[in-house]
Amino acid sequence: MELNVANTVKWMTLANEKIQENKTYLTELDQAIGDGDHGINMARGFQEVEAKITATDYDNVSDLLKDVSMTLLSKVGGAAGPLYGTAFLKLSMAVKGSETLDFPKFKSGLAEALAGIKQRGKAEKGEKTLVDVWEPLVDYLNGQNSFNAAGFESVAKEAMEATKDLEAKKGRAAYLRERSIGHLDPGSVSSFYIFSSLAEVLKEGD
Amino acid sequence: MANVSIVLVSHSSKVTEGIRDIITQMVPAVSIGVAGGTEEGEIGTNIDKIKQAIEEVQGEKGVLLFYDIGSAKMNAELAVEMNEYKNVHVVEAPILEGAFVAAVEAGMGKSLEEVQAAAEKNYRD
Repeated sequence: MELNVANTVKWMTLANEKIQENKTYLTELDQAIGDGDHGINMARGFQEVEAKITATDYDNVSDLLKDVSMTLLSKVGGAAGPLYGTAFLKLSMAVKGSETLDFPKFKSGLAEALAGIKQRGKAEKGEKTLVDVWEPLVDYLNGQNSFNAAGFESVAKEAMEATKDLEAKKGRAAYLRERSIGHLDPGSVSSFYIFSSLAEVLKEGD
Repeated sequence: MANVSIVLVSHSSKVTEGIRDIITQMVPAVSIGVAGGTEEGEIGTNIDKIKQAIEEVQGEKGVLLFYDIGSAKMNAELAVEMNEYKNVHVVEAPILEGAFVAAVEAGMGKSLEEVQAAAEKNYRD
């Protein structure tokens, strides 16, 4: 794999497209167990991300990822802002100065991003948060020597679907305790859109 | 701003305004910054608003941040870390009661650490 400026822009553009298409769905998921703003917040944030990165020239992927982070931090009003903002900031810092990312760099960058999410949200795996998608993906990548788009996407999808049976321990849904069981975690679903977009973009490049 | 200042971070500007009204009625000598709601005035928190509120009330004795739920704490912590503020702490106490206790203590001219300890005393996990 090679993640360069051009395909990272494509990645974010496709992620935005999926989030816009599923804005109502994300909101419905969040209305069931949260405050119902996830779709609106993510749609606003990623719209701004696309606007920012398509209007800017970048020499390297890390600067691009930093702008993704800063835009999400400023424009997403819910918990997704600081969490995704931290994730992309850590990813950007982990690959600082890199024009492009190869598989080992991407792998270690994603591990740093996960660590950032866990630290910021004080969350662990199994608490029905986006950690439940990010951690299985980082674990999966650790066992791989190259990027397999189909494998990556299916791990993300399974992990996202598995949040349905979990009881929320973090975020608004935690107030509902066992009533949160039986619903997908909205943050895990939006994470799935982000990762399936990456898989699609990298698959095209094969 | 000779005293420790306070910043209130809530999902709603009505909450931050209301708490400020309650506190200033009793303690007028403490500066209180507010960061309530999103950029568009909707329910949520915004890191840029928090930064602005901190800078509005920042004096030599420092600033204490009080937050409500969800993203408020994460955004408050991020605002402090990313701007590398000195003497700006996020307090673990209920936003209304904690900020009220803090304002009374701050109004007596106490230090940042003393005010923070007083506010957190009864509420620590």
